[in-house]
Amino acid sequence: MSKFPKAALFVGAGAGIAATAGLAITLADRFVTPMPATAPTIAFQIPGGGAPAAEVIPAATEVAEQAGLAEPADVPQAGAAASAPEAPVMKMAAAQGLTDSRLGLGRPALEAEIAAWDVDILPDGTGLPEGSGDVWTGEEVFAEQCAACHGDFAEGVGNWPTLAGGWDTLDRKDPVKTVGSYWPYLSTVWDYVHRSMPFGAAQTLSDDEVYAITAYILYSNDIVDEDFTLSHENFLEVEMPNAAGFIVDDRAEAEYAQWRAEPCMENCKDSVEITMRATVLDVTPDQAGAAEDPPAVEKATVEETEAVEEAEAVVPAALDAELVAAGERVFRKCKSCHQVGEGAKNRTGPALNGIVGHPAGAIDGFSYSKALKQAGEDGLIWTEEDLKAFLAKPRDYLQGTKMSFSGLRKEADQAAVVEYLKSFAEE
Amino acid sequence: MSDILKSSRRAFLRGSVAAAAGAVTAGAARAATPDPLITEVQDWASGLGQGVDEVPYGLPIEFESDVIRRNVEWLTADTISSINFTPIHALDGTITPQGCAFERHHSGAIELKKEDYRLMINGLVDRPLVFTYADLERFPRENHVYFCECAANTGMEWAGAQLNGAQFTHGMIHNMEYTGVPLRSLLNEAGLSGETAGKWVYVEGADASSNGRSIPLEKALDDVLVAFKANGEALRKEHGYPVRLVVPGWEGNMWIKWLRRIEVLDQPVESREETSKYTDTLADGTSRKWTWVMDAKSVITSPSPQMPITHGPGPLVVTGMAWTGHGRITRVDVSRDGGKSWETARLSQEGGNKALVRFYLDTDWDGGEMLLQARAMDETGYVQPTKSQLRDVRGENSIYHNNCIQTWHVKSNGVAENVEVS
Repeated sequence: MSKFPKAALFVGAGAGIAATAGLAITLADRFVTPMPATAPTIAFQIPGGGAPAAEVIPAATEVAEQAGLAEPADVPQAGAAASAPEAPVMKMAAAQGLTDSRLGLGRPALEAEIAAWDVDILPDGTGLPEGSGDVWTGEEVFAEQCAACHGDFAEGVGNWPTLAGGWDTLDRKDPVKTVGSYWPYLSTVWDYVHRSMPFGAAQTLSDDEVYAITAYILYSNDIVDEDFTLSHENFLEVEMPNAAGFIVDDRAEAEYAQWRAEPCMENCKDSVEITMRATVLDVTPDQAGAAEDPPAVEKATVEETEAVEEAEAVVPAALDAELVAAGERVFRKCKSCHQVGEGAKNRTGPALNGIVGHPAGAIDGFSYSKALKQAGEDGLIWTEEDLKAFLAKPRDYLQGTKMSFSGLRKEADQAAVVEYLKSFAEE
Repeated sequence: MSDILKSSRRAFLRGSVAAAAGAVTAGAARAATPDPLITEVQDWASGLGQGVDEVPYGLPIEFESDVIRRNVEWLTADTISSINFTPIHALDGTITPQGCAFERHHSGAIELKKEDYRLMINGLVDRPLVFTYADLERFPRENHVYFCECAANTGMEWAGAQLNGAQFTHGMIHNMEYTGVPLRSLLNEAGLSGETAGKWVYVEGADASSNGRSIPLEKALDDVLVAFKANGEALRKEHGYPVRLVVPGWEGNMWIKWLRRIEVLDQPVESREETSKYTDTLADGTSRKWTWVMDAKSVITSPSPQMPITHGPGPLVVTGMAWTGHGRITRVDVSRDGGKSWETARLSQEGGNKALVRFYLDTDWDGGEMLLQARAMDETGYVQPTKSQLRDVRGENSIYHNNCIQTWHVKSNGVAENVEVS
């Protein structure tokens, strides 16, 4: 319905540069000072254009939106017909870069909003907040927040990224690309840790913690000494070992020049030999239809009866306060993914209130791995013993679990965490 | 023909040679006995089917339940920061259905309501702005079909043939029709002054990874789209609902999902995704950065390891897809002998700009072994290279941008395997 009038509007807007320039100035003014809703708006009157003013979006609504006073209501949608041809105004923009033909949409971003979202750090240090952190503080924070995936010494756990080491490997087979061996800018480390880490709890670290973690990663890479403190003031003094290791894409010279040629069609080579076969490696995933062949969870199935019996045997016993306290400390390792206690919600991992004695894979609203869900359906109950076994080496205990934590090596830690979790019985 | 050949595809998919296949496919040439599917009244020809109120939004019929995205567990540490693969072996035409189009997340696919959606433009603009979803719908819209390929597509094949299936070797790609607003229109709204040369836009998502990338302003003003529909309907959660960036011809990592901010800068941010990742290490240890364009590439999707030939000698349709980040595919050649000789395949339609094109070689199979290859050419005259050509320039340590010619070894029983040839 709105197709024809709107198309006409754009034809009008694109009809002359002079017309659109005038329009832009008027709109620009409106961004400086929100106009009263009653102000006469000439913004959409287009001299020489084909659009009657009556077809134009109501000015009052428009101004109200600019001032952030109202959500766009039932205003006819510009270009509502998806099939509308490219409006002339767009072609103009394409041909000349940009025109001044603004539509007056959106509202000014407030300083506090820009400050909240614009947190990127540039290689020259632009954007770094004031603050500092030393290697030793960094080690503590790293152990608590990062080591579950990246290892105590930033060496990486399983398939999680290795952050340290790898020097002199870039020109060898399977190079090890770490902050020390590969990353060209320190700003990238600060920016990424600050914006996106820890995994599952991004934007929870303080600026000083980010400085400290960054300092520890530098230390793990032998780039700084153990008494080093990183701050916004000395940030640019740190020299990244592989800073000079990058070149800008040179495919045009190195590749395109030789591969833009008429290709051979006949007798292109004398012989062809098979030099490698994928099936020899046998690394292709099983491709049975997902619905008809759920992943096997043998361990859980086998223990089903036993587990149920044990679960029935669980009786509320007095908690060992000391052990609970110890468990609370160990549980810090779990906190980036799990919440427990009042108001606990599912995060990267499920909320854990009442987990001891609870059927596996059955916390409301959490999206479990197929493996854990299946184990629950097969009757696995989280008895203390099962939880301890799971916590020792999650992926050995239950193949296919999403829990990326590598495990609690010490039996005392396992027991402590379980005791701590027991203190949060379900309401 | 042996029973193995007749049932090989099904056997492959079900992991069992015992699957019932024989009778139906056997009747191809001449039926000895009447086919009961014809002579007997079937349930579906007598009873009733489903009513119109049973499935308000349909999924593929259950018989296609094997045509799904799959992941390769050993590739990544966690499925939340991982990738899966489009079942390209089982698709035809050019448009990828959203429901099976590959996903790549760095912090999982988030749920962001249109009402909660905000897009900020700031930095070197005259007026920093905030748009709502409803605002975006009021800009003039465009529709374009583009392919989106992850830079790591075929990355696992650098060192040699590894994964046995086109889905796994080439499935980090999809091709959709996008509806959206040119980024140029939004930047114009915020106002750019002065030179565009040397300027950048930094684009980031609303998810925890943010996945920020720097894009030269020239590209941003050229054909980058702020998209909110794909294939006619809302983007799927896993593809960035409600709004994603479409960066035609450039690596998928730059197609920011859940797009929340566009900042105009006079330098690149050099974010994690454009330094520690998505850079290409060469044999001497130096690495290329800013390798944005996806070069011309093609792959035969059938026959392929997941799509063995299930009929005997005679008419055979060899099909596949080709694409180039430099514009249009102009020609695809197919070889049956591992690259000794080539014949030009038929493009099902003219190659679209930075869009996937389908090719067919309608041929007569003699039942012999084949080393099937496809080789794409684009409008710049670029010819898809062999793996050894790529290795000669880049060595074996690259991960990204492997656009080499792929070889499938098709045996006389119709089974195909991913191989590397001299």
